[in-house]
Amino acid sequence: MNDLTIREAVNPGRRSFLKASAVAGGGLLIGFHLPLANRAGEAAAAANEFVPNAWIRIDADDTVTLRVASSEMGQGVHTAVPMLLAEELDCEWARIKVEMAPADKAYINPLIGQQLTGGSTTVRAFWTPLRQAGAAGRSLLIRAAAQSWKVNEEECRAGNGVVLHPPSKRRARYGELAAQAARLSIPGEVFLKEPGEFKLIGKPVPRLDTPLKVNGSAVFGMDVKLPGLLVAVVERCPVFGGQLKKFDAAGARAVPGVRQVVAIHSGVAVVADGFWAAQRGREALVVIWDEGGHAKLNSTAIRQRLERALGKKGVTARTEGDATKVLNAAAKRIEAVYEAPYAAHACMEPMNCTAQVKKDSCELWVPTQAQTGAQFVAMQITGLPADKVKVNTTFLGGGFGRRAEQDFVAEAVQLAMAMGAPVKLVWTREDDMRHDYYRPATLNRLSAALDKGGLPLAWRHEIAGPSIMARVFPGSINNGIDNTSVEGAANLPYAIPNLHVSWVMENGVAPVGFWRSVGSSQNAYITECFLDELAAAAGKDPYEYRRALLIKHPRHLGVLELAAQKAGWGTPLPAGRSRGIAVAEAFGSFCAQVAEVSVEQGKLRVERVVCAIDCGMVVNPDTVVAQMESGIVYGLGAALKGEITIKNGRVEQGNFNDYPLLRFDEMPQIEVHIVKSTEHPGGVGEPGTPPIAPAVANAVFAATGKPVRRLPIRV
Amino acid sequence: MTSFTVNGETQELDIDPATPLLWVLRDTLGLTGTKYSCGIAVCGACTVHVDGIPVRACVTPLSAVANKAVTTIEGLSKDNSHPLQRAWIVLDVPQCGYCQSGQIMTAVALLAKNPKPTDSDIDQAMSGVLCRCGTYSRIRRAIKQAAELKAKGA
Repeated sequence: MNDLTIREAVNPGRRSFLKASAVAGGGLLIGFHLPLANRAGEAAAAANEFVPNAWIRIDADDTVTLRVASSEMGQGVHTAVPMLLAEELDCEWARIKVEMAPADKAYINPLIGQQLTGGSTTVRAFWTPLRQAGAAGRSLLIRAAAQSWKVNEEECRAGNGVVLHPPSKRRARYGELAAQAARLSIPGEVFLKEPGEFKLIGKPVPRLDTPLKVNGSAVFGMDVKLPGLLVAVVERCPVFGGQLKKFDAAGARAVPGVRQVVAIHSGVAVVADGFWAAQRGREALVVIWDEGGHAKLNSTAIRQRLERALGKKGVTARTEGDATKVLNAAAKRIEAVYEAPYAAHACMEPMNCTAQVKKDSCELWVPTQAQTGAQFVAMQITGLPADKVKVNTTFLGGGFGRRAEQDFVAEAVQLAMAMGAPVKLVWTREDDMRHDYYRPATLNRLSAALDKGGLPLAWRHEIAGPSIMARVFPGSINNGIDNTSVEGAANLPYAIPNLHVSWVMENGVAPVGFWRSVGSSQNAYITECFLDELAAAAGKDPYEYRRALLIKHPRHLGVLELAAQKAGWGTPLPAGRSRGIAVAEAFGSFCAQVAEVSVEQGKLRVERVVCAIDCGMVVNPDTVVAQMESGIVYGLGAALKGEITIKNGRVEQGNFNDYPLLRFDEMPQIEVHIVKSTEHPGGVGEPGTPPIAPAVANAVFAATGKPVRRLPIRV
Repeated sequence: MTSFTVNGETQELDIDPATPLLWVLRDTLGLTGTKYSCGIAVCGACTVHVDGIPVRACVTPLSAVANKAVTTIEGLSKDNSHPLQRAWIVLDVPQCGYCQSGQIMTAVALLAKNPKPTDSDIDQAMSGVLCRCGTYSRIRRAIKQAAELKAKGA
């Protein structure tokens, strides 16, 4: 091991169970059990001492197969995660093969306590355990070579899938050593490389899934094929909370290709030989709904409800000093009401799930972010134990939090049971738009007092909105606070001596869920725009104003200064153009953006976005760039266009004609600058989203002098 | 009976001629590279070529392709060797990948008609194909790179 500077020695026996064993054909299997970071995880871990599993397999032909626990939904984890392993294993990158892991306790995300891809956690969760597993494998292979050559282990080296013994010029491929290595026990200690020694981590590595995604061969949930597969569509009550009263299936059954019409918990399903017949059958259905108590609900009433909620005393999310006292005594007080509407996820691949249920087994083929949840839902419906419910995760045509939900899984399992055949449940675009778990609509009252120099002396942020966790995981609501509702607001980084952030839970009728970057996606907009209002009231430059307030937050300051410098903040712009800046911390990373916009003939155009990201140590830099581009475009959609409104208890939008997405010709020029860092990795899938809405809104404010207090931005 | 070719292979299908080409390709022929996303010709994910012209398969009835040649993403090359596929790979364009068949088929039609497109030509050709992951700027670069590859005869 003399090619390594040994500093980070870890004991895998204590940190994470590692275990080596043999596989048929002379291969080496390295399994490990992850220690869990939270309470839910600890409880789960206590229930199973060591779960034998198959994370990594080295076959006699040198192929290294890694089972990745996280779903690939565009964020690049099916490349980044094997990079972690390959770095320490020192195997040949070209021989790496990725398999999607099944639903199993062995694959629980240690930061979440479930097998779930969310919260921008994948690299953060697997950064240490996968490198440890790689290092342990490498050490086993070296020991196997040394033993068979009867030489000193310290004289052997490993690299690029080969163990060498330079004094005797002997060499052996990993595949040749795998069988022997499988007979050894895992070393008591393994040594991880120093970042300076990384050969793969930090270098741009082409994505392993790209070749499959340029020729139509990547299999998404929609593309699953099985013998005898039926296709189902479901007619659901258009009104939130409505129920099925009765239906007449005669017309649907008369459509050629329709096999069955079945009432399930969510509506009436038409099952057919293919999608088109199913959809024709659905159109021929006559369904009478009991629309329930919400058939008159509209967006105005929802807003009024939030207004009333804002009048109530909220639960304190953070308090410092005495903001109310200072505000009441203030000579100069600034107030504003900010709001964000419901937003849809609008994944390009509509929701779908394929299920097959037999007497003693259930199998799912599903584009899901949440394998544990999918398995659990199927267990509840079928009554089968976990080991009889197999979850196959396909590629996801977008996730963005929507695919953490289980509504489509439950429908598919029910239908597969009813049909006694494999069923692919397909949602249409309209189903997807009208039966989403929306980004919460919130109303916010902000108040601030400035000192003589114009800096904020007090800041009060009152939020009213629905809770995601009240539905998803009520146990996580701590002291009355749903952290997803206040993230991006309660962690305001600015030096303000009197600060109060409170929240009133006002659960409406429209279901709400995790939407890329969750609370930060709107709270960053609200807080960063209000801060610009304060800077304007103080007559200060918004960039300099932030700098003055971020002295104690070097990573915020670092990205802020980098973005400003690269964007040429303060330099003259052509007529009709303006700039806005915003910074946000989310999911362990820090991101600042400068947006350059033009407003011509009442039309707003985002011309350029300069993005600076500090996500700690970078695994695949090109993926980080792509995820910043992606997060910006996703956030721009909601900043400029997307808005879900409700009329007569129904979502008014149904497709991309009335819920438009950002188009090709509206794409700004995006420049991404990554901060060099040796900090622990942060997330990258979501942190690009929060700063874009406020950066654009602040640029509009700079151009028009009118603050943008509501999304989407209208000029 | 509707007769047409898909990726050079003759197909004779006895199904309702009103069935959209998209579902004929996906459910009848098993060519799942062409994607369903909106169903109303506003997103472009289902773009295929009919006699070389890009069309939205989700609103094209089977009857409209009788005696015509349909090309799908699967028919572009056998080995990812089409200049656009190569450029797409070099620039790592796809993220989730779901819209990419439609993006590539639209770009193929653009380059066939206009071997050296300007930025505004690319805007015009590509603006009807939606991507939720924000791959637009890489698509622009990939189209330009593929145009160069094609010009070099590579």
